[in-house]
Order: sequence, then C-alpha cells, then structure tokens
Amino acid sequence: MSTDNTYYVPHSAKWPIVGSIGMTLLLGGFAGQLNGSSMADNIMLVGLLVTIYMLFGWFGDVIEESESGAYNKAEDASFRIGMVWFIFSEVMFFAAFFGALYYIRVFSVPWLGGADSGAATHEFLWNSYEAIWPTNGPEAIGGEYQKMSAWGLPSINTLILLTSGVTVTVAHWGLVANKRKQLIWALAATVALGFIFVVLQAVEYGHGYHDLNLTMGSGVYGSTFYMLTGFHGFHVTVGAIMLAVVLVRSIKGHFTAEHHFAFEAAAWYWHFVDVVWLGLFIFVYWL
Amino acid sequence: MATATATHEEHHDHGPAKGLMRWVTTTNHKDIGTLYLLFALLMFMIGGAMAMVIRLELFQPGLQFVDPGFFNQMTTVHALVMIFGGVMPAFVGLANWMLPIMIGGPDMALPRMNNWSFWILPFAFAMLLSTFFMDGGAPAGGWTIYPPLVLQGGNGFPFMIFAIHMMGISSVMGAINVIVTILNMRAPGMTLMKMPLFVWTWFITAYLLIAVMPVLAGAVTMLLTDRFFDTSFFNAAGGGDPVLFQHIFWFFGHPEVYILILPAFGIVSAIIPTFARKPLFGYSSMVYATSSIAFLSFIVWAHHMFTVGLPLEGELFFMYATMLIAVPTGVKVFNWISTMWKGSMTFETPMLFSIGFVIMFTIGGFSGLMLAIAPADFQYHDTYFVVAHFHYVLVTGAVYSIMAAAYYWLPKWTGNMYNETMGKWHFWLSTISVNVLFFPQHFLGLAGMPRRIPDYSVQFAEFNMWSSLGGFAFGLSQVFFCYIVYKTIQGGEKATDQVWEGADGLEWELSSPPPYHSFTTPPKIK
Amino acid sequence: MDKLKQFFARSSILAGISGVAHAEYGLNLPVGVTETSQAVYGLHMQILWVCIIIACVVFGAMIWSMVFHRKSQGAVAEQFHESMAAELVWTVVPFIILIVMAVPATKVLVDMHDVSEPDMSIKVTGYQWKWRYEYINEDIDFFSSLDAASNEARQVGSDIDPATVEHYLLNVDRPLVIPVGKKIRFLLTASDVIHSWWVPDFGWKKDAIPGFINEAWVKVDKPGVYRGQCAELCGRDHGFMPIVVEVKSTEDYAAWVQSQKSSAELTNSAVVETLPPQELKQQGKKVYQANCAACHQQKGEGVPGVFPAITASAVVTGEISKHIDLVMNGKPGTAMAAFKGQLSDLELAAVITYQRNSLGNKVGDAVQPTEIAALR
Ligand code: HEM
Ligand SMILES: [Cu+2]
Ligand SMILES: [Cu+2]
Repeated sequence: MSTDNTYYVPHSAKWPIVGSIGMTLLLGGFAGQLNGSSMADNIMLVGLLVTIYMLFGWFGDVIEESESGAYNKAEDASFRIGMVWFIFSEVMFFAAFFGALYYIRVFSVPWLGGADSGAATHEFLWNSYEAIWPTNGPEAIGGEYQKMSAWGLPSINTLILLTSGVTVTVAHWGLVANKRKQLIWALAATVALGFIFVVLQAVEYGHGYHDLNLTMGSGVYGSTFYMLTGFHGFHVTVGAIMLAVVLVRSIKGHFTAEHHFAFEAAAWYWHFVDVVWLGLFIFVYWL
Repeated sequence: MATATATHEEHHDHGPAKGLMRWVTTTNHKDIGTLYLLFALLMFMIGGAMAMVIRLELFQPGLQFVDPGFFNQMTTVHALVMIFGGVMPAFVGLANWMLPIMIGGPDMALPRMNNWSFWILPFAFAMLLSTFFMDGGAPAGGWTIYPPLVLQGGNGFPFMIFAIHMMGISSVMGAINVIVTILNMRAPGMTLMKMPLFVWTWFITAYLLIAVMPVLAGAVTMLLTDRFFDTSFFNAAGGGDPVLFQHIFWFFGHPEVYILILPAFGIVSAIIPTFARKPLFGYSSMVYATSSIAFLSFIVWAHHMFTVGLPLEGELFFMYATMLIAVPTGVKVFNWISTMWKGSMTFETPMLFSIGFVIMFTIGGFSGLMLAIAPADFQYHDTYFVVAHFHYVLVTGAVYSIMAAAYYWLPKWTGNMYNETMGKWHFWLSTISVNVLFFPQHFLGLAGMPRRIPDYSVQFAEFNMWSSLGGFAFGLSQVFFCYIVYKTIQGGEKATDQVWEGADGLEWELSSPPPYHSFTTPPKIK
Repeated sequence: MDKLKQFFARSSILAGISGVAHAEYGLNLPVGVTETSQAVYGLHMQILWVCIIIACVVFGAMIWSMVFHRKSQGAVAEQFHESMAAELVWTVVPFIILIVMAVPATKVLVDMHDVSEPDMSIKVTGYQWKWRYEYINEDIDFFSSLDAASNEARQVGSDIDPATVEHYLLNVDRPLVIPVGKKIRFLLTASDVIHSWWVPDFGWKKDAIPGFINEAWVKVDKPGVYRGQCAELCGRDHGFMPIVVEVKSTEDYAAWVQSQKSSAELTNSAVVETLPPQELKQQGKKVYQANCAACHQQKGEGVPGVFPAITASAVVTGEISKHIDLVMNGKPGTAMAAFKGQLSDLELAAVITYQRNSLGNKVGDAVQPTEIAALR
C-alpha cells in the first residue's frame, strides 16, 4: 500500500464519455418514444446497453484500483464526503415530490373545495366539489377508484425494509469484527429482502391498476401515489443492486475491517431509502 | 501495491497526452477548466446570436423578421443557454482551474467524475438545440417553463426536459466535487477561514446547487408525467394547481440566481484588493454575509409570484424576507468600497470590469429592492423593468465578473499577457453599450411594456430602438473579446509568475503557465 | 407618512421624472386613476428615492476613492481591513430603512387584498388570445379581442406602418365597460393557460389561472378609456391580447347596460331559419379570422408539429359530425379549445361550413345553426 501523501489521480478516463453517449441515447430514445417515433425503442435499448457497459467498466476500474491499494485515507475521505452529499441531493429530489404532496393536500385541494382564499374558486368554478382526501379532483379525472390501504402489503413492506435495515447493520458488525460468514449471510438477507420488497411493490401496483382502478391518471391522488412510491421503488432497486455488488465482492474476499467504503456507501444509501419509505408510509398510505 | 506506486510515478512525469483524446479523457483540473471555459464562451456566442434576433425584431414596432412563435422560442432558449450553458459552466470552469491551486491541492478530489460533469454538457446542449429542427420547434414557454403553456409544446418538449435533467446531473456532480475538494484537499495549514473568498463563495454555491438542482429535476419530471402519463400535478380538474409548479420552480430558481452571482462575489473580492494594493476589507463579514444570503435565498422564492394570488400572509412574509436579503448584499458592496478606500489603485482591465461590476450590479440590486415591495411589484412584474433588473445583475454582474476573471487569470493560464489597450477598449465599448442596451428598459417597463412580446405599441418605439442599437454594439464588443482571448492564447508578452504587483494568493506562487500538476507537494501556508 | 408621500411626489416633479410631467414620453409609472394606483405610485417613488439617495452616497464614496486614492496620484495603500463600528452601521442603518419602507407597503398590500363589499362583480376569463367578460348577476357576457386594424397591421410583412394605426396593439373590438366610483370586484380565471390581467392605470396586475379564481378590485375615480395588456406569457399571440376598459358615468353606464341587454336578446334568440351555404361561408370567414387563424393560420396551413393544418385535414374533410364535435368540444390537453362556450350557434355553423368549403377544401356540405343548437 502506498503510504506517501500523493493523492491518486487517474491519468485518463474513458468511461465518462461512454456514459455521456449512453445517457444521451437512452434519454433521447425515450423522448423519441414519447413522441411516438418508431425507431426510438431501439435507440433506447442501445443507450441502456451502453450505460450498463459504462457502469461495469467504470466501477470495475475503481474496484480494481481499490483492491490494488491505490486509495489511502485521503481518497477514502473524498468518497465518503462525496457519497454523503450525493445522498443529500437525492433527499432534495424526493423533497420536490413530498413538497408537491404537501401543497396539494394543504392548499390546492382545500382551495378547490372552497376553504380560505378558495371561496370564489369554489363558488364560480367547482360548485359541487367536496374536498376530501384522497381525491381525483373536481372533474374526477380517471373515474372512480379506491384508496390504497395502508394495512395490507404496505405494512408488510414496512416491516421488510425495517428488517433489512437491521440486517445490513448486522452485516457491518460482521465486517468490522472480521466475521466473514456473518457479513455474507446478513448481506445476502438484506439483498433478498430488498428484492422481495420490489416484487411486493409490483404486486401492489397490479392490485391498484386492476382491482382498485387506481392509476397514475387518478387525479392528484393517483399522481402523487405512483410518483412517490414509484421513484422510491426505483431507488430501492438501485440500492439492492448496489448491495448485491457488495455481496459478490464480499464473497470474493474484498473489503477489510478498516477499508470498505463501498460497503458503507451502499449501506448509507439503503438507510436513506428506508427513511424515505417511512415518510411515504406515513404521508402517502396512512394519513 | 507495486503497480499502484508505478501508476503514480508514471503519471507524475507524464505531461498531457496528445490530440483530441487528451481532451475527451482528461482528468486534469486545468484541462477540464479550459474545456468548461471554452464551452461557456461558445454558448455565450450562441445565446448571444439569439439575443440579436430578439433585438432585431424589437428594433421597430410591427413584425418584420420573425413569426411570434419563433420569437418565443428565441427568448426561451436564449435564457436557458445563457444561464445553464454560459454563466454556470463559466463559473465551474473557473472553479476547476483555480480552486485546487488556491487551496494548495494537487487536483480536484474526484477527477474522473470531474471529466463526466463536463462531458455531459455538450450532449445536453446538443439535445436542447436539436429541438429547433423538430416539429413544433424549440420550447417556447419561457425559461421558467410554466405549465399549462409549456405542455402545449411540440416534439421538442421531452427533449428539453431530458436536456435539463442532464444539465442538473452535471451540476450536481460538479458541486459535489467542489465540496469534496474544499473539505478534503486543502494543504496543511489552509484553514477554512484562510481560504480566499472565491473558494468560500464557491463552497456555498456548491451547497446551493446540491440543494436545488434535484428540486428542478423533480419539477420537470412532473411536467413530463403531466404531459405523457396522465398525472394531474398542475391541473386543477384533477386536484392539482398550475401555481404548484411555480412554487417548486422558484424554490429552485431563487437560489439559482445566487448560484449565478456568489462566485462573482468571490472573483471581485479577489481582484479589487489586488489593484487597490490593500487587503480585502471585512473578510469574515464577507463570509457571514455570503452564508446568510445563501440561507435567505431559500425563503424568498415567492417574490417571483406576487401576482399569482397568494394569500395575504404569504405575500407579506415573502416581501419582508426579500427586503431582508438586501442587507447582506449591501454589506458586500460596502466592504468592496472600503477595500478601495485609501488604497493605491491602478485600473487595469480586470479592475475596470470589477468596478463596473460593483456599480452596475448595485444598480440591479436597487431595482431588486424595488421589486421586493409587493404592491409595487404588481406594477413592475412581467414588464421590461424586470428584464432590466435581471440583466443588470446577470450581464453587468455575473458576466462582468467572468470577464474580469478572464483578464485577471489569463496571463496565469497562458503565460502570456493580454493586450492592455485592447482590454480597455473592450471594457469601455461593453460598458457604454450595455447601458444603452439595458437602462432604457427600466423606462419601458415602468411605462407599461410587458416582457416576452415580439411587437409593441408605438409609444415604446424610441427606447426599443436605442436598446437594440446598444444590443448590437454590445454583441460586437464580445466578438472583439473573443479575438483578444484568441490573441492572448496565441502569444504575446510573457507574463511573470506574480503577474500583478499587488496580487496575493497561492496561484501567483506557481509559474505562468503553471505546471500540468499544480501542487504535487503541499505548499507552505503563511 | 402622508407628508412624506407628498414630499416625494412633489420632489419627483421637480426632478422631472414624474409621469405627469412627461406623460407623452412615458418614463415613469403612471399615477393612475384609482386610490390604489396612487398609493402604489407613492410607494414606487418612495423606494426609488431611497435607492437614489443610497446610490449617491455609495457611488460618491467610490468615485471619491477612485479619484484620490490612485497610485498615479501617489497614494500609498493603508493596510486596515476591519472595523466593527463600520460593519455595524452599515448593517443596522439599511435594516432600519427597510422597516420604514415595509410599513406603508404593508398597509397598501392589506388594502389591495380587501375585496369585501363590492358594488358589482365581473368574471374575467383569459383565453388564447382574447378576454371574456361576464357580468355576474347581469345578463352580459362577451369576448374582447385585438381590433381588426391592429390585427391586420401586425401580420409579418403586412407593410402597414404601425404608426398609422390608432392605438396599435392597445385596442380591442369590444371594450370592458364599468361605472365610475363603484367598487368592482374582478374574478380572474383562464380557460387554457395562465394569463395576467393588467391595466397600469389601475395600479395592479393579477394572474388568471385555469381552474382557480383570483380576486382583485378597482374603484375608478375618473371616467375615461384605460388600456393594458396580457402580462403573462401565454403562447404565440401573447403580445396581441390587449385590454381596454371604458369607465363611464353612472348614467352612461346604465344606458350601456340597457343596450347590451337588448342586443343580447337578439343574438340569444335562436336562429331558426335555414341559411344558404354561401352566406354561412361568408360569415364563417370572419369567425375563422378572429378565432382560428392565430393557430391554424390565415390560409389554413397550420404550424407543423403544434397546430395542425385545416387544409386537407382528415377531420375537416371527413365525416361532418366528427368535425362539429371537435370544434364544439375541443381537444383536451392541447391548445384546441371547446368553442361551444365561446361561439353562438350561428358562428359555429358558419365557421365549420367555411372550413369545409374554403382554405383549399371542397367537401360541399354545410351545417345549420339549428343542428348545432340541437347538439348543445
Ligand atoms: C438585492 C438583491 C435582489 C432582490 C431584492 C431581488 C428581487 C427580485 C424580485 C422581487 C424579482 C421578481 C420580479 C418580478 O418578476 O416581478 C426578481 C427577478 C429576478 N431576479 Fe432578482 N433580486 C435581487 C438580486 C438578484 C440577483 C443577484 C440575481 C442574479 C444574479 C437576480 C436575478 C433575477 C432574475 C433572473 C429575475 C427574473 C426571473 C424571471 O422572471 O425570469 N436578482 N428579483
Ligand atoms: Cu428571486
Ligand atoms: Cu394572455
């Protein structure tokens, strides 16, 4: 391990440009698809493949460097600080949607129903509208629907995520105490719980679409419900993939008690999706 | 382990690689800084060309050249290109070049990601500009992309949304890099309160970026789903509210305008002491003022929305909070003047631009203060008065600081002095024309001319003509600027390491141009 | 406070930047014709003077320093870089000035929000690109769009000098009419995108937001004609939807209301007879120019990607019932409005017949007002 103070600066990087090309094809293809263009699906697919190739390559390089001992305390600190603020940026992304939910429930829906400064709005535009949450608005956009109950799958999912928060911590204890078995099994449990969560979430969506007539188009209730839970589910998927990679690396014998940034990054991320879920459970499902 | 050390060694005696791939794959903060700056310059030219189209159509009443729909595309894309493609990348470029040097570090903390932050941008803007060639043309709903209007856009709409996502990803990665660099790469002895103000202002700017770019991403995502996936966020019939978008947008938007000006404060705080030959007055109060501006910038957003029909308490709160932000802004101006006071001043081009900045940014601040008075804003809002306001703070503010920085550090970057006579000409041509361009717009707005219109009633004709003439002259002056930069890169009188007699800071301890790797061993901090 | 206001108002005239002194140049905010607008003008002048005075001090100090503290004058730099006292002064003094300004601003704002006890209410709805005025509890309801002369002159390459058009872009076909001295409450909303209703002489603008109602009020002191424009970007013809308000004396207003009622009866009485297609087509042309051409273009060619062409359109040249349905009910989520709320039976019949048999189309059929009435 190099012990001098030189900070590791890779001398060139080809992955970023690959990433840019992949991202452009992926998003450009998606945009084209939304516009109804016929070629767009293929472009999107190519973009996705290039992006995956980039992720493998980029992280592969970093893992190799890490394993070969190129990173010291300084590099490690950089990664940690970077990860913390990346998670913060994700928090702000969710804040936009939670903010929207808050505004809709506290302002726009009551106003449409005539509360406070909405009196004239109600009187002259939406005379017969009664503001009761959940709602699909004065024109009942999307037609009749039923609310997603908090006490079926969602509470099971809450348990699953909370448990997975515990297992990932148990894995961490194993890692620092050099108990590799504990590390691997607890981590495997975490990954499994994560994917079970995603599957159950998909089942719940099926229930919403087929049995409850609750869709993204069910007014603001459907919009906020699917947007918030959807982006959360996406983040759980990403987090579970991160943990899965860490699991594979653990099995391969990567990480030491002192040197395991990737593990911690994934674990932090996992706690973050956990906390977001609690917010969702309370404000989207329950209240 | 041996291999790792080998990588180190190899890369120390290595200069830059050759050819195009050097620029595509570089991880060097100076290379990436250069890329950012050149990209910003290109975007300034593209956005500027659109501004010329706008001023050409507004030269006279009546529609002479463009169709109203195309006019709206021009105003919309002009603003997006200038803000996200011009000013922001220029500041990131300056940060890349200067931050590691100013704190005595070897490079940016996350060099590979640094490369990606930049290399997303050309793709994002290619995507944005490609919408001009699509059915329905480029986005035409204004840079504020308010629904429901923006949802009426043509095929360009989703491309614009994704372009904004990409710019946001680039900005957030850039900001994370800045924060990590400042927290982790300082030379021993470089305490936070010893950092140059440019480092401080960028530090705070980076936090603003991380906090608000994701919020913008959320907002445009909701636009996308409202248009393509039947959601009702901004549709009253489904229980949503078009005004909700404005709240989210301006929660991003007001901090954004400080993202566009805080680094400028840092630049000016570096240049004025150099040419006054006197230390910056009130360093710590500058730090505190910047921090409080950043904090306040999160609680003033609805001053852009006084006319949307907020409840009275809301309007009062946002009025008071906005007025409050003038206090720390004032502190900065007073500090700069006190730095000049009893100094020993010379007026090289960077100083001229900095002084121009202080005066004209302050004029923009005054009109900002006027706009903060909610009842008066009921009159000013969405008129040319607002256009004048934000161009004073952005053009003679942010852009002037970028030019000042360019003249100030070009000799360091290139090793060549720019031509001082030409620089002075550039300053005076710009300053005269920019005031002919924007000052009359105050009057136009007060007299009742709305913004974002391609044609106007004849009583506004005279001022519009002056404004257009000023605009053309200002545009030409910037072509001249490109020439000056080009000449300086090509050659010229060799610059000393110190470059400016009164300059102080680590960047002046390196050679001009500095070695490819700045501080491979940390410098001693006094 | 009032003294202060008077002082500011008077000094502004002396300084020659008052709107009154230079009315024809329009350098400054108009004083306006309501108490509110005058109060707003007062606030504006007050803050303007505060800014000018601070500017004199700040720029004065700066210029002084630039003149006397320059190296070429032999100035030697002092090295001070801190002063608690100075910092305190320039934090506290601006703070106090701000409080002094916030007080009257708060008063005016509270006053502007007070829409209680109006004498009458008018609902104002913004459309792309015209205004609709509905007098609540009176049977008056009409659209107001850019006048024909301006509309002709503003076309790209019209070769008409705008200076020859009276009130170019600030004139409408049918102005809003209100009585003098009465408190009128406006209920502002929009049907498609956000617009903003603004008459500078009244002292405010307020956004018209689809699905919501914003309230505002005026009480005009002086009869006259006051002009304004839409102030929120609302698409292609945002610059071409002016507002004209005629403020009439009580008697004139009453007479106007009478005349409106009788003409309303005329238009409302259903058209029972069958009209020859030729006549429908002729009337339809006017309706088309006023309501459709902004998007679908004068010659029906549309704008690719945003506004479909009328010429050879599948809907227009197809089954007539679908065509009627589209025009009457619009297409949700696009700029195509539901015109049944905007046009009379006759106008709808006329414009549909016109589209089918003009603008390069020759379907040959026609629709009668009675058929439209049956579909309502
Ligand atoms: C004393 C400090 C400032 C105050 C009190 C202030 C206040 C305001 C207010 C109230 C508005 C809304 C006007 C309206 O739309 O009716 C506004 C608009 C604007 N300001 Fe400022 N401002 C200040 C400084 C700045 C700075 C430093 C920047 C950027 C560098 C800036 C950029 C803008 C922009 C871009 C807009 C227009 C946004 C749009 O509607 O497109 N302002 N300002
Ligand atoms: Cu703002
Ligand atoms: Cu409008």
